Parts: sequence; C-alpha cells; structure tokens
Amino acid sequence: MGAQLRIYRRRMRSVKATKKITKAMELISASRIVKAQQRVTASTPYANELTRAVSAVATYSSTNHPLTTPSEKPIRAAILIISADRGMAGAYSNNAIKEGEQLATLLKERGLQTTSYLVGRKAVNYYRFRNRAIAGSWSGFSDNPTYENAKEVADALIIAFLADAQTDVAGVDEIHIVFTEFESMMTQNAQAKRMLPLEVVESAAPVPGGLLPMYEFEPSGEKVLNALLPRYIEARVFNAMLQSAASEHAARRRAMKSATDNADELIKSLTRLANAARQAEITQEISEIVGGADALASASAGSE
Amino acid sequence: MALNVELVSPTQRVWSGEASFVSARTIDGDLGILPGHTPLFGVLVDGAVTITGVDGGTTDFKVSGGFLSVSNNRVSILSESIDS
Repeated sequence: MGAQLRIYRRRMRSVKATKKITKAMELISASRIVKAQQRVTASTPYANELTRAVSAVATYSSTNHPLTTPSEKPIRAAILIISADRGMAGAYSNNAIKEGEQLATLLKERGLQTTSYLVGRKAVNYYRFRNRAIAGSWSGFSDNPTYENAKEVADALIIAFLADAQTDVAGVDEIHIVFTEFESMMTQNAQAKRMLPLEVVESAAPVPGGLLPMYEFEPSGEKVLNALLPRYIEARVFNAMLQSAASEHAARRRAMKSATDNADELIKSLTRLANAARQAEITQEISEIVGGADALASASAGSE
Repeated sequence: MALNVELVSPTQRVWSGEASFVSARTIDGDLGILPGHTPLFGVLVDGAVTITGVDGGTTDFKVSGGFLSVSNNRVSILSESIDS
C-alpha cells in the first residue's frame, strides 16, 4: 500500500472515531432535553403561585419593603450570569456571557458599578482569564441544577442586596440575572432581566390566574413579604437555571449534530481521495509493468 | 361547593384535588379553611397540613415552612419540602 493511501486511511479512521463520540453526545443531549423540559414544566406551578402571591402582596399592602423599593441613589448592581460547565455546546455560554457584558456596559452608562456572580465553569474561566473580580461563583451543576443549588446562589444574592451599598462594598442596590431562555428545541435566547428591586406589577399586565383578590395577610403584609421574597428570588433563580440547563442541552445537541454531519462529509471526501489514490497506484503499477515488458521485448528483439 | 386544593413544591405538584376542609399551621396558630373562606395569605411554619376530602377521608402532609393562599375556593399551599 502506498504512502498516500495509508495517510488517507489513517485520517478516515480518526474522523470516524470522532464522529462516534459526537454522535453519542448528540443522542445523550437529545434525551436529556426532554427531561430538562419536564423539570421546567414541573417547576412552573410553584413559580406561578409565588409570582401571583408577590404581586398581590406588593400591590395591596402599602409596605415600603427594601426588596420592592428602588434605592434613590443606586451605586452598585449585581449581575448573575448562568453559563455551562462544559463546552461542546456551540455558542451557548458565549451568548450568555456576551449578554452579561452588554448589560454591564448599560449599567455603567447609568453610572453604576457592577459585581459579578457566576454560575458555570465557562463564565468563571472567562472572568478569571481577564483578571476580573468575581463576587461569587458556583459550578458543577449547570446541566442538572437542583433547588438546593438555586437556594445557595439566591441566598448569596439576597445577603448582598440586604447589605447597605452606601457603606458596604459587598452591598448591591440591584440584582440582574442573565440566563438562556428555552423557547423551543431550535430557539434559545440569552436574556438579561432585573430581579430586584421588583418591578411591581401595578400595570394591567396579565397575572397568571386572573384578577387578584383582596387578600387578608397573616400575620401582616410586611411579615408575609419578608418571608415571601427570598422564596420568590430562589424560585426565579431556580427557574432560570432549569431553563438554562434545557437550553444548554439543546445547544449541545445542535452543535454535536452539525459536528456529526461535518464528520460524515469529511469521511465522504476522504473516501473519494483514498479511492483516487488507490486507482492512481494501480494505474502506475500497470504502466510500470507494461513499460517493463515493452523494454524487455524491445531489448530481446534488438539482440536477434 | 368544595375547595380546590393544590400542594406544590419547587420541583413538582405534589397533590391536587377537591376537599371540604383544609387545616394548616401558620405563624399565628392553627388555621382551618372551609369553602367560602375570605381571600387569605398566610405564612406557614413547620407542621402538618391536613386535607379532608369531599368523601370525608383525610390526607396528611408534612411541610417545612411555606405559604398558604386562599381565594375563590382555591387553596394553594407552597412549600420547599412536602412529605406525605
């Protein structure tokens, strides 16, 4: 076997091995999307009820709770970015990080300082590489977050929010969250949203479940709000994490599908090249034999 | 007339169905809900939630903290952990 042919065969083998890996990852992600989607659906009743309750309390009680009242002179804002732990998911993490950068620019234009809270190794590495300050980071659960994970993150955010930003460098006046919304299998959007202070729904925006009744609060509006808001933030963070996880799987599936397709194409073109090389070898051998036989024939004809 | 009860945790809807009576423990003490209750929002403490079904049978759940909201004969109980 000629050298050229051997090289083509070797490359084909390596591409085939890669294709097996990407194909497997594609199938795994495809099956996990479904599970992740189900978890998003399962968590919606809780999130909806909480949203409804928070809107009701914030609308009907006249308490001036720190969690609902915007600071008059905000100086610092926290940004929570939810990214992936692993790569191989196309532009998934990059999109979230970029959205976060845009948000940071926007906040800086408003004259605010920003502190970063990061979920997922990709975002952490991005910030480490650029030597940026990280106020808090969590990783290891991006593809399958639990409520406990969300609680941990939310607790850190609430503590930072309750600290007085005017005197404490760890305190923040606003909390923004950047996550990837799972719209459908094909569409996922990186989004930035303000979590705190709450944008109280006093407008005619539809509240899930219809009109809000005049609630009686037990023990009191303010105490209910105190107990309610941390849970609300946790639920929001949890929901964002679940959606991001579903988006991550969808992004990975798409990236791995195109990698598999590309490997297929590469194998096809390498097969063509290898066939051509083999044919060229055969042709050369034949012409060598024919040429050799010719030379022998003419040599023996000349000697007679 | 019956109450429409839902028990939800962050990860799933634990129980839902009709009931004639719901009792739970709030910060201020035990609370019973019958059909036609005025809209209420309460903070629960760790304890038992008892649901009496329309047929008279009872179901008990243990919740650790959480909230109870009542409006239009709809009772929803939200808690981080609900055990039956």
